Amino acid sequence: MSRRRCNEPFFWSLFSSGGMISALILPGLVFFLWIATPLGWWQSPSYADLVMLLENPLLRAGLFIVISLSAVHWGHRFRFTLYDGLQLSHLYGLIATVCYGGAALIVCIAAYVLWSFA
Amino acid sequence: MNPDYKLYHPKWYRRRIPIFWWLQRLAYTKFIFRELTSLGVLYAAILILVQVWALSQGEAFYERWLAWLSWRPVLALHALVFLALIFHLVTWFSLAPKAMVVRLGSWRVPDRVLLLAHYLAWLGATALVFWGLKGR
Amino acid sequence: MAETVTLKIRRYHPEKASEPYWQSYEVPLRREWMILDGLNYIKDHLDGTLSYRWACRMGVCGSCGMMVDGEPVLTCATYLEKLLPGPIRVEPLRGFPVIRDLVGDLDDFIGKLNKVKPWIIRREEEEKDPAEGEYLQTPQQLEEFKRYSMCINCMLCYAACPIYELEPHFLGPAAIALAQRYNMDSRDQGAIERMKELSQDEGIWACTFVGECSEVCPKDVDPAGAIQRYKLTAALEWYKSLLLPWRKQ
Repeated sequence: MSRRRCNEPFFWSLFSSGGMISALILPGLVFFLWIATPLGWWQSPSYADLVMLLENPLLRAGLFIVISLSAVHWGHRFRFTLYDGLQLSHLYGLIATVCYGGAALIVCIAAYVLWSFA
Repeated sequence: MNPDYKLYHPKWYRRRIPIFWWLQRLAYTKFIFRELTSLGVLYAAILILVQVWALSQGEAFYERWLAWLSWRPVLALHALVFLALIFHLVTWFSLAPKAMVVRLGSWRVPDRVLLLAHYLAWLGATALVFWGLKGR
Repeated sequence: MAETVTLKIRRYHPEKASEPYWQSYEVPLRREWMILDGLNYIKDHLDGTLSYRWACRMGVCGSCGMMVDGEPVLTCATYLEKLLPGPIRVEPLRGFPVIRDLVGDLDDFIGKLNKVKPWIIRREEEEKDPAEGEYLQTPQQLEEFKRYSMCINCMLCYAACPIYELEPHFLGPAAIALAQRYNMDSRDQGAIERMKELSQDEGIWACTFVGECSEVCPKDVDPAGAIQRYKLTAALEWYKSLLLPWRKQ
């Protein structure tokens, strides 16, 4: 009896990469952009500096990867948190849609915003 | 004698799992908090996107964005998000070496070395972010 | 040191009541006594109706696993003294249906263990004739899987795993670790066969790496590590089978 191919490995691999990338990149970004900058703890980049940075397509591509993988990381992890933490595994269809759908939405919006950054 | 008892079909007992089963043992509570850091990851990812969008809306708009970032409640929230990300980082790095078997020839790289490598990679990434962002 | 300690046992007699109930016993507190000695004292001198499993009383058979003060332990390896002042709560192993008192039904684990084919699988044409001698293995090859072979099937890991209790179809830590014991054995050629069972929603993918299974394992088998490593293997295999479908297994 052959069983239907299980697609969890796909989501798990994205979750795994997302976890690693978010752990490496996000703490630094969050600290410098939203804690050090408002509190004036460092020579923060000006508006022109940031816009110039973002004009580099490679940087935007990198940001896209970081944001997308982080979103899928959340989707996969939160799905299991709801299954186990709140014992909602009987709602697997709804939860999968909300989690992966939400992540997919963020990926699309990220693609649009970063692609059309003028 | 239990009136519900059937002589040749005794009922085996299964407990009902309480909804807050994870509060009953410290290890489980830490596990759930570890998993909930994914909400911090989501928030950070979305907000970075919003920041990029704010930058695309002109300098005046960006000034309002910066003002919003400086608002006390928002700053407090972001401090919490930062702590969540640190917790995510620490737990992720402590677990990642268990999933990988790295060999140099026949020598198996010990977990502590892999852990150090992860932290060095993180320091490197943070330094990159710092140098990349730094105002001129 | 006090003379006695209280053992608060979770009794379950379906012919008496549909719900379990607590019953306390005073047991002599001796320095060398384990929980199991306390239980044996109760059975021999206080209440012969107490039901529980035990065998070797030295931590190698895996029969005497129970929840003591909420932690899954081998009762033959847990000192009474360490759990003072008491009362010490003794309950049947979590995650398994309770048949009577401290005895749980372990059929689910046995069924799942069988599903992962915990034996050496070799292709028929590559079976060595006994006259040819043994399969040779270097110490390094033994190291690959030796840790996972230490499992005594005590099921403390199942009691510690919240996912096992929440998801009834989850294979569980020991079954997967034992599958890995054979996957990593150089004499074995059944990794593909086992993957069909393991790389499923109720196989390794239900595991969220809580890690408690490895914490409670009395033999330091590290089932959590085994599962995470297998996730990596299975994920790589999934991509390979998708992107290189012509590959010979």
